[in-house]
Amino acid sequence: MQTPLEVINLSKVFDNKDAVKNISFKINQNEIIGILGPNGCGKTTTIGMILGLLKPTKGKVLVKGMEVENERVNLLEYLNFISPYIELPKKLTVKQNLEVYARLYDVKNIKSKIDYLIDKLRLNEIINKITGELSSGQKNRVSLAKSIINDPVVLLLDEPTASLDPETGDFVRSFIEEYQRERGTSILLASHNMSEVERLCSSVFMMNKGVIIDQGKPKELIKKHGRKNMEEVFLKLTREKL
Amino acid sequence: MYGLFLRHFFLIKSSLPRVLDLVYWPTIQIILWGFISKFFSIYSDYYNNTLGIILTCAILYDILFRSSISFNMLFLEEIWSRNFTNLFIAPLKLKEIIISLIITALIRTLIGLVPAIILTSPLFGISILNLGLPLLLLFLSLYIFGITLGLFVSAGLIRFGPSFENIAWSSLFLLAPLGCIYYPLEILPHFFQIIAKCLPLVYIFDETRNILINNFVNYENLKQAYMLNFVYLTFGIGLFYYSFLKARIKGTLINMGE
Repeated sequence: MQTPLEVINLSKVFDNKDAVKNISFKINQNEIIGILGPNGCGKTTTIGMILGLLKPTKGKVLVKGMEVENERVNLLEYLNFISPYIELPKKLTVKQNLEVYARLYDVKNIKSKIDYLIDKLRLNEIINKITGELSSGQKNRVSLAKSIINDPVVLLLDEPTASLDPETGDFVRSFIEEYQRERGTSILLASHNMSEVERLCSSVFMMNKGVIIDQGKPKELIKKHGRKNMEEVFLKLTREKL
Repeated sequence: MYGLFLRHFFLIKSSLPRVLDLVYWPTIQIILWGFISKFFSIYSDYYNNTLGIILTCAILYDILFRSSISFNMLFLEEIWSRNFTNLFIAPLKLKEIIISLIITALIRTLIGLVPAIILTSPLFGISILNLGLPLLLLFLSLYIFGITLGLFVSAGLIRFGPSFENIAWSSLFLLAPLGCIYYPLEILPHFFQIIAKCLPLVYIFDETRNILINNFVNYENLKQAYMLNFVYLTFGIGLFYYSFLKARIKGTLINMGE
């Protein structure tokens, strides 16, 4: 079976500055990998290259063994993405938005898919509401619904619980765990919430200034650096001079 | 009060496009109405049915305006709603995006125009349908040019981001004086005539006046308009693809929602 996502010697240069420098990693099926690092470390750039929104300066991204640069549009049906920086059209109802994206992703049985999402993400009370009028927690659940509407092989989650209250954040984390168990999806999780990373990720890699500075299982990294938790590991690694 | 003034002053001072925007509109309005006034002062007996011709030309110009703005609006709405990135990570080919925008822009154009066309008859006793079957050719030609302008502006939005928004609004008004919508080409100064001849608008509106005044169709004008449309549309599509590639290199697509 082909590896769902493989990144090989990937680099991106903006105006002669290295945003991402020669990074490699892969995500197997049924695995959640964390991508950690301070703001501007290259996480979003890496995700952008995986999604084909950015053209790599060097290296390649393989989805199911095929190179994104050669098969961008065909491979996008295996991927999906959620980020607090992007939203769904505000003036459409939740149901209209889900139907639009179901059609964009060529989902076969749209009604049953939307029913499944309503059930799993507790959308029944807001399904006919205008998306722009929802609370941030509700919007987050709708975006999450959009991100799994095509049953992606690889799901990219950029800070999926940012600015959520603890209860909603916990609901989202539980949903991700359950969904991943149920579907065997490969997930790349970018997060600044270290307890979330410890809970969800089987393995993480830390980035700083465009390069991977360390990687491993959260427990192994905590032990290796002699710290109590991932938050302390994060602070130690990002404060070290490269 | 001074603080609020400063808030806007800093914004204007730091942005050349905003300054140009302030200068642009009055200049274009004055130039357009200057040419119209000049035409009527020289050729006051040119039209027997002045109102009919002016209104017909105004409606036809609106076809161009609406189709182009509709195309641009579809893109701008994605940017304003921060949905732009979602669109470009969906498995859609660029040609599919372009075709869906073209069809949606047509529907938006018709929704906007049909009431205006219907109203002119009871209000002014004028119907654009008096142009007969050539109206379809004129409509299609204007629609193609509108879409082409939409492609140019959308290419700019993809490449340069929301800062290109002002160009989306102003591009059409730049063409209004040069398009010879309300007056013949000869009214323009010689240098402007050279530029105007490169636009399909001159031939479309010249032909509209010809049909209404002389009651016959000069297909040479329509042929010229379609040939120019073909060249511009091909260039517009190429530019759209090129801008997408450049945006992927520069990173505009991923920053659009932020």
